[in-house]
Amino acid sequence: MSPLFTGRAGFALVIAAGVIVTIALPLIDGMFGLVQATVFIAMAVLALSLGFIWGFGGIMCFGQSAFFGLGGYAYAIAAIDFGGSSWAVLLAIAVPAAFAAMLGYFMFYGRISDAYMGVITLTVAVILYNVMNSTSGSQYHIGAAELGGFNGMPSVPPINLPGDPSAALSPLQFFILSMILLMAVYTGLRLLLASRFGRVLVAIRENETRAMLLGYDPRFYKLVAFAIGGGIAGLSGCLFTNWGGFISPTAFSLAQSAQIIIFVLLGGIGTLLGPIMGAVAIEYLITLTGTQHRFDANLILGVILLGFVLLVPQGVVPAIAAQLARVIPARRRAGASSQTVTAP
Amino acid sequence: MSGTALLQASGVSKRFGGVTAVDTVDFSLAEGELRCLIGPNGAGKSTFFKLLTGQLAPSTGTIKFRGHDVTHAKTHEIARLGVGIKTQIPNVFNGLIVRENLYVSAIRINKPARARAIVDEVLARLALTDIADRLVGVLAHGQRQWVEIGAVLAQEPDLILLDEPAAGMTHEEVARTAQLIREINRTKALIVVEHDMQFIRMIAKQVTVFNQGRILVEDNVEHVLANQAVRDVYLGKRAA
Ligand SMILES: Nc1ncnc2c1ncn2[C@@H]1O[C@H](COP(=O)(O)OP(=O)(O)O)[C@@H](O)[C@H]1O
Ligand SMILES: [Mg+2]
Repeated sequence: MSPLFTGRAGFALVIAAGVIVTIALPLIDGMFGLVQATVFIAMAVLALSLGFIWGFGGIMCFGQSAFFGLGGYAYAIAAIDFGGSSWAVLLAIAVPAAFAAMLGYFMFYGRISDAYMGVITLTVAVILYNVMNSTSGSQYHIGAAELGGFNGMPSVPPINLPGDPSAALSPLQFFILSMILLMAVYTGLRLLLASRFGRVLVAIRENETRAMLLGYDPRFYKLVAFAIGGGIAGLSGCLFTNWGGFISPTAFSLAQSAQIIIFVLLGGIGTLLGPIMGAVAIEYLITLTGTQHRFDANLILGVILLGFVLLVPQGVVPAIAAQLARVIPARRRAGASSQTVTAP
Repeated sequence: MSGTALLQASGVSKRFGGVTAVDTVDFSLAEGELRCLIGPNGAGKSTFFKLLTGQLAPSTGTIKFRGHDVTHAKTHEIARLGVGIKTQIPNVFNGLIVRENLYVSAIRINKPARARAIVDEVLARLALTDIADRLVGVLAHGQRQWVEIGAVLAQEPDLILLDEPAAGMTHEEVARTAQLIREINRTKALIVVEHDMQFIRMIAKQVTVFNQGRILVEDNVEHVLANQAVRDVYLGKRAA
C-alpha cells in the first residue's frame, strides 16, 4: 500500500474532503440530489463494515446484508414501539453486533474454515430473508410493530432531535447527520487500526500461526472485529431505513450482499477509503443507468464491473495511490513509510 | 533432576496414520540449558517442536513446562507461559514491515513505549536496523529468518526453540548465528535443531540425537560425535 493516504496528513485530507462535501453539496445540489446522496452515504457506511472485517481482519463474509437488514429492522421496530429514535439507533447497532458476535463465536471458536465461513454467512442472510418474507399478517408483530412479510414495514418514524420525538430531522439535517456518522465510523476505524488491537488483527490476517506462536488468540480478535463490522452494518441499515422510512426483506437479499462485496472489490480491499469510494461510484452509476431506458441497467453495471475487475484488480484507490506515489518524490513520503498498517 | 526441569516430555508420541513421527520420547531440559537436537531428515525433530508448542497434540504422553501440564494446551497459551519458536519454514508477517513484525511481538505484554524500546534493541542486536522499514515479504530467505528470530526475541520468552536457524545462511551468517545463540543462552534456555555439524560444534554442550522418531543417544557433544551409531544413521547418510 502506498503511504500516500496513510499517516496523519492523509487522514486530515480525507476528513477535510468529507467536511467540504458536507458543506458544499447542500449548496450546489437540489433537494432531490441531496436525498440521493444520503443513500450513497448509507451504502458507504455499509461498504466500510465489510472493508474492515475483510480487508483488515481477513474474514470472508458473503452475507454482510444480514447485519444491514437486522439493523434496519431493529431500528424500525424500536422506533415504532418506543416513539423516540435514540434507543432505536442504539438498538440498530447493538442487535446486529450481538448477532455477529454469536455467529462469530460459532464460526471462529468452532474452527470453521475460511471457505465455509463465506458459505455460512451467505446462508444466514438467506435464512433471514426467508424468515422476514414469511411474516405477513397481523399475528407477526413485536409490540405495536407489524413485521409485514415481503411488503416490509412502511411509515417508520424518522430520527428526531434527542429528547423531542416531534422534531424529526429535515432531509438536509439527515444528510449532514449521515455525513457526520460516516466520518465518525471512518475515524473510529482508523483509530482502531492504529491501536494495539488493530495491529494485532492485521498481523493475524498476515499469519495466524505466527500470531498464535507469539501468544495471541486469533479467535478472540476475529470475533471482536466481526462484531464491530456487524454493528457498523447495522448503523448503515438504520440510515437506510430512515432514508426511505421503509425496510423490507430485500435488505437481506443476495443481491444486496453481492453489492457490498462489489463496493469493496472495486474500491480496493485493505483500505478504508476504497470501499467508501466504491460504494459512492457504484450507487451513482446505478442512479445514472436507472434514468435512461435504452439499455438494461444491470447489464451496463455488469460490464463496467467486469472491466474494472480485469483492468484494476487491486481496486481503484490502491491503484491511484500507487500512481500518485510514483509522481510525488520519495523524500516526502519517507516519514510515513513505517505506517503500512494504517491504510486509508 | 525432574524437580528443576524447565521442560519435561514423558512418553510422547505422535502418529500420522501409519507413520509414527515421534515415538515414546522422554526428554528433559533444565532451566538455562542449551540443547542441540540433531538427526536425519524425517527423524521427527520438527514434529517434536510442534508438540512442544501446541501446534499438534500428542497421540500419547505428557508435556510439562515449569510444572504446568501443557499436553493439550493451545498454542497461544503455551506461548504466554514463555515459549518462543522459530519454525523451520519461516512464519512471519509478510505484508508488514520488519519493525512492525517485532512490534506486534513486543506489544503483547508491554506498553507501547517499552515495546518500541525492545524493538529498537532487537533491531540493533540483529543488525536489522537498516531494513527496519522494508516489507518482510520482499526480503531474502536468510533475512526473513533473522526477522523471525527477532520476533521471538522481542517476545522475551524463557525457552526458545530454533528449528534449523542456520539453513540457507552464508558462512559468516552461520558464525554470527552461533555467536547470537551463545549470547541468548546467558539468560534463556534454548533447544536448537540443526544439520550443520560445524555449527553444532560451535554451540553445543549437550546433544540429543533423534532417529525415526526415537531418541538414539543423548550425551555431550564429543561423545555424540564420536558415537558409532550416530555416525551410521546420521553422518553416514549425509556423508558430512
Ligand atoms: N502433518 C503431517 N502429516 C503426515 N506426516 C507428517 C506430517 N508432518 C510430518 N510428517 C512425517 O513425520 C516424519 C517426521 O517429520 P519431521 O518432524 O518434519 O522431521 P524432521 O524435522 O526431523 O526432518 C516424516 O516422516 C514426515 O513425513
Ligand atoms: Mg524439520
